[in-house]
Amino acid sequence: MKVSLFITCLSDALFPRVGEAMVRLLAKYGVSLEFPTVQTCCGQPAFNSGYWKEARDSAKTILDAFEDSDFVISPSGSCTGMIHHYPKLFEDDPIMLQRANKLQSKSYEFTQFLVQVLGVTDVGAAFPHKVTYHPSCHGSRILGVKDEPLALIQQVKGLELVPLPFAEDCCGFGGTFAVKMADISGAMVSEKVDHVLETEAEVLVGLDMACLLNIAGNLRYRNEPVRVMHLAELLYEGVK
Amino acid sequence: MGTGAKTGATVKARADLALNDEFLRKAVRFTTERLRNGKKKATDEHGNWEEWRERGRQIRLHTIAHLDYYLNLFVNNARANGVHVHFANTAEEAVKLTLDIAEHAGAKSVVKSKSMVSEELHLNHALESIGVEAVETDLGEYIIQLAGEMPSHIVIPAIHKNRYQIADLLSKEAGYTLPPDTTALAGFVRKKMREKFLEAEIGMTGCNFAIAETGSMVLFENEGNARMVSTVPKTQITLMGMERIIPSWADLEVMATLLPRSATGQKLTMYMSGITGPRRAEDADGPDEMHIIIIDNGRSLQLGDPEFQELLNCIRCGACLNACPVYRHIGGHAYGSTYSGPIGAVLTPSLNKNIAEWDDIANASSLCGACYEACPVKIPLHDMLVYLRRRKVESGNGSMMESIGMQGFAAVMGSSARLGGVLRLGKLGQKLVVRSGVIKTKLGPLKGWNTYRVTPSLPKESFRDRWDTLDQELKHGLKQMDPTMQNRMEELVKKREQEEKQGKGGHGHG
Repeated sequence: MKVSLFITCLSDALFPRVGEAMVRLLAKYGVSLEFPTVQTCCGQPAFNSGYWKEARDSAKTILDAFEDSDFVISPSGSCTGMIHHYPKLFEDDPIMLQRANKLQSKSYEFTQFLVQVLGVTDVGAAFPHKVTYHPSCHGSRILGVKDEPLALIQQVKGLELVPLPFAEDCCGFGGTFAVKMADISGAMVSEKVDHVLETEAEVLVGLDMACLLNIAGNLRYRNEPVRVMHLAELLYEGVK
Repeated sequence: MGTGAKTGATVKARADLALNDEFLRKAVRFTTERLRNGKKKATDEHGNWEEWRERGRQIRLHTIAHLDYYLNLFVNNARANGVHVHFANTAEEAVKLTLDIAEHAGAKSVVKSKSMVSEELHLNHALESIGVEAVETDLGEYIIQLAGEMPSHIVIPAIHKNRYQIADLLSKEAGYTLPPDTTALAGFVRKKMREKFLEAEIGMTGCNFAIAETGSMVLFENEGNARMVSTVPKTQITLMGMERIIPSWADLEVMATLLPRSATGQKLTMYMSGITGPRRAEDADGPDEMHIIIIDNGRSLQLGDPEFQELLNCIRCGACLNACPVYRHIGGHAYGSTYSGPIGAVLTPSLNKNIAEWDDIANASSLCGACYEACPVKIPLHDMLVYLRRRKVESGNGSMMESIGMQGFAAVMGSSARLGGVLRLGKLGQKLVVRSGVIKTKLGPLKGWNTYRVTPSLPKESFRDRWDTLDQELKHGLKQMDPTMQNRMEELVKKREQEEKQGKGGHGHG
């Protein structure tokens, strides 16, 4: 059984600690991840901006990387969600389309793999803090990952989960949207952070580093000390 | 557009006006929240919402796939009922048909119930140009007519105004000061409208649904004004987008469940009027003459376009506007056209087929998918926004800078060796701008981002730098996998292989 890590370019470059937490946590269940280094980026920035030729150049590295894998696991609902767009991206190329379909059916976001595949909801973690959870749009809406993270969070001992007001509203990241429509994106992230602060949580947890980069960026800009973590980090810290 | 409307050349410029208008933002937040909560309550109570959504989608898909058949059936039945049916290919044709009917009826005054198609045609100005007074009788439409603005929401046209602003507008019309009290304001308009209903020679309506099997048209409303418009004046003109058709009254049951719950959270709309032809001898009221103008105005461009045909499924409930986090902050006028919000961002460029001119609206979305999730007929608006962006790029209308950037992206991301090289360069280069572990500079591409945020610096080691050490450490002493888990994984792989053989692969889990 070949289980592979799709690290995503963002976690690779900026948040290696997230990939490490994920790999270490899965190792506790005897899951040995392999890491094909030919992978780069899922191609989403180009795809969403309308540059599909450029997106294909990038997506091909992902198709090559995971050709022989049985399971492909990523710490991002958005990047795994992008793999769900590959059949459309390669619709005019029958050979690539077949590879795209195959990759889609074996790709999982981290909590999806833990809960749906391994059947784990209690990792045995303790984390005695007040926590709020931001459900990222692509994970919850493209992949339908809504219950899995909550099932995992609810089993963590000592953790007090405070509901985030307007949790399902986008944080305003949206890839190049944050640059092209900077002021609209700024209004969105500012409101998201207002809501995070309303909860008085010590920790904000999520499943997508792009959204968390955005929210943490605004928190730091406002000198707010709320700790921002990927759920894999929180769970691993809780079992360490 | 008249005075008081938010103008600006680009969506960005118009959005900036809205972002700096605290009144507007507060009013939009207040009402969209109320509507969202209402919808959530009404759909939860319904119990089988997802099944009904799918049923609604299937009805719309089927109708649009056979639109020629159902349109023909509708027209034949409506004519048999004594309705004058007209076709308009363009907005200009629809306006001309309306003006001809008004002139023929010797009309001095037209009362109108809410119609987005009428807004699309800018009909009020045209009527006024031939000396016919056009009066909007829907409260929200009346308010924006007085303000000389476009609707900023499909269902709640004056959503951007608070009651103080509305009291000011109505006081000017009254000639005395009205209190900013909802009952008093509605009371003033009600009294004024009674006079207008009695004066008007023509009543003009939109059309929520047209029933092919009987040639009937159905109106949904909450104020009773559409019923007045369609019963008091001697002549009725109904404006109808060519895609408003549904096959039967049985299908209306599904639509009558989906539309009000999605729009306002109502189980049923307050008034639902089904109108089958002009007044008959035994009828107590109704128009003596009835016209239906069926309007294309760009709609048929979507037929046969696999990426956009589903746009014609829209039932104009406005749920995507209420769910949209971008609309929440910028309101409807920032979209710069009759239709706003996610549906407007897709519909406007599609109806006009002038992607180059309207492309920037498609960029005003974070592609979060809340619109799709809210849509009662499941139109994938978030995908369509991406298709619009792609069509703009592929038609050579992309921005030069972005195009160069994306070619750079493809060059770096096309090979892991190049990506590794760029990361190493980045670690060197960032030394110029990193202070206490973060980047705060507002130079170049970081300006927009860092106006609201700080940027983290690249860590010493990327994940790929760390991998070999980490892998060796973990492989050493890796425990045996639990047999149950091992089993679950093997079963999944087997199931996937079977599905692949049966040609079902690709849409597996999730």
